[in-house]
Amino acid sequence: MASKPRTLYEKIWDAHVVERREDGTCLLYIDRHLVHEVTSPQAFEALRIAGRGVRRPDLTLAVPDHNLPTTARIAPDGSRLPIADEQSAAQLDALEANAPAAGIRYIDAVAPEQGIVHVVGPEQGFSLPGTTIVCGDSHTAAHGGIGALAFGIGTSEVEHVLATQTLQLRPAKTMEIRVEGELGSGVTPKDLILHIIGVIGTGGGTGHVIEYRGAVFERMSVEGRLTVCNMSIEGGARAGLIAPDDIVFDYLEGRPMSPQGAEWDAAVAYWRGLRTDEGAAFDRSVTIDGAAIAPTVSWGTSPEDVAPISGHVPSPDSFADPSKRDAVRKSLAYMGLEPGSPLDGIAIENVFIGSCTNSRIEDLRAAAAVLKGRRKADGVRWAIVVPGSGLVKRQAEAEGLDRIFTQAGFEWREPGCSACLAMNPDKVPPGERCASTSNRNFVGRQGPGARTHLVSPAMAAAAAVAGHLTDVRNIAG
Amino acid sequence: MDKVSTIEGRAIPLGLKNIDTDVIIPAHWLKTITREGLGKGAFETIRAVPGNPFDVEDFAAAPILIAGDNFGCGSSREHAAWAMLDMGLRAVIAPSFSDIFSGNAFKNGILAVALPQDQVDRLLAVAQTDPIAIDLEAQTVTTPFQDRFTFEIDAFRKRCLIEGLDEVGLTLARDTAISDFETRVAGQKPWLVPRT
Repeated sequence: MASKPRTLYEKIWDAHVVERREDGTCLLYIDRHLVHEVTSPQAFEALRIAGRGVRRPDLTLAVPDHNLPTTARIAPDGSRLPIADEQSAAQLDALEANAPAAGIRYIDAVAPEQGIVHVVGPEQGFSLPGTTIVCGDSHTAAHGGIGALAFGIGTSEVEHVLATQTLQLRPAKTMEIRVEGELGSGVTPKDLILHIIGVIGTGGGTGHVIEYRGAVFERMSVEGRLTVCNMSIEGGARAGLIAPDDIVFDYLEGRPMSPQGAEWDAAVAYWRGLRTDEGAAFDRSVTIDGAAIAPTVSWGTSPEDVAPISGHVPSPDSFADPSKRDAVRKSLAYMGLEPGSPLDGIAIENVFIGSCTNSRIEDLRAAAAVLKGRRKADGVRWAIVVPGSGLVKRQAEAEGLDRIFTQAGFEWREPGCSACLAMNPDKVPPGERCASTSNRNFVGRQGPGARTHLVSPAMAAAAAVAGHLTDVRNIAG
Repeated sequence: MDKVSTIEGRAIPLGLKNIDTDVIIPAHWLKTITREGLGKGAFETIRAVPGNPFDVEDFAAAPILIAGDNFGCGSSREHAAWAMLDMGLRAVIAPSFSDIFSGNAFKNGILAVALPQDQVDRLLAVAQTDPIAIDLEAQTVTTPFQDRFTFEIDAFRKRCLIEGLDEVGLTLARDTAISDFETRVAGQKPWLVPRT
């Protein structure tokens, strides 16, 4: 008897079910656990209090990223520079003690491989297709870009995974987002995912796992896929994924933790079967015309508040839902924007290129291509580039990108989460505006009172040069 | 986890939709290595505005919060649940919750009660002047005015909350099943163990 056609998500889920209870809840095995300094100390502490150990330290990888300053970490004499903020230092100390004590592989703050967990995982070959990947961070969804089922968890779940290597979960509903056609010139995976969130809304994917399908994703680089899947959570979906293919296999082959030799061949043979079957049903399907998407920017305080750069700040009255009208009114007051003003022309004082969404080598290349031979406008007070990892930083330096950035007036920083969430000293001042390649434009996200406009790396570079949000297609070339 | 049965008292009628976890607890509060003391940072940006509902004296010790759609979206930070517990909240009523927040709330014994928008609107009105009661066993929300709304909750979560079960302990009791799974997978997919 032919088995029922299954989606990619269902195949990965089924392969990880340890036990299924009558009520549908499953004990799901976790293949990969990424741990960072901010959401893990309370989990390790709870294990200590209960006298419990870490079940599979070999499937766990720890690296600090959220809280680290992005200024120099090593003094000219080679010694490690202390972290000024006492609480941040204590959090880093906790991870440095907890991970090795449990036998967990630890990439320390000054290691060349250090970086944002969601950049490091795929880069090291720790994240693999068809695996279940969790981390105490909602942007774990990023790893879906290599065909993994990856999602963020809370600290109690971090504790649960450390102790049992499993989670108690119910299967999600499935949602297909199909993008056909071709993205126009100057339109990037970031513009695409911002547009998608605008279409489905910030709660549109709640309860679902998204599979991104169609020609646009089949042609997309791994970096682009990681960007798209990363922001699935901004559309409410805990996970988003793309079927793995040769583009992914080529990216992963030879990475430090990737399988080798006969094991690599066996893995690839298995991964080739990880596709949604013909005739498999999704609970919800959305189709988008890739060619109709323009460079996209956010204007409000929710990632669903987006518009093409050629558009205008909307009027609250243009929204049908009364609670959305109210929210937009509050958003525009916070953002200091008037309904009807053109988006192209909104002056910015800060530019942030970085975050787990857009800090990989392709992102830096795209921004550098716009900045080459140009300089940031006088009105741009602060512009920083924070590479996603030490390896991205080295690669960019080998390509001379760092000099393009510094000559354009950008600061070239050490890897970490930085101004995406402003836990470390990198903050946007109150009332100032930032063109940011990060993922959230929430109230206070980049610092109290900070006003965030989410953009692609190329659009961030264009904004730096112009001193205001602008269409990169009018600058580049 | 403390046992949960009924939660009764005043409810803060916040009502906003898309309350994200950065709003519930801003990132600068996350530099802690404990779960305690986060209540003073809870809803910081909302509480900074004079006349906000958290400042109203009647709601000072309110155990319930009423919010709009998609409550708890954004970051996975469990600090959001810890901060709410620390300020005395034991339940949130909203039309919908983000998946990660509803899990974090459950793990900390906070009831995330999803009700249709019209019922939430009714409770927002009642909350201005009167208390609200949530009965987990009966799965109801009631008011002094004969309102009686029923809500859905996962049967496993309900049992954990009512009995105050330790989920990690429950799963550790399945150790044999987990070990069997690991042995089977190690044979089928030996490449799953990362190289050292």
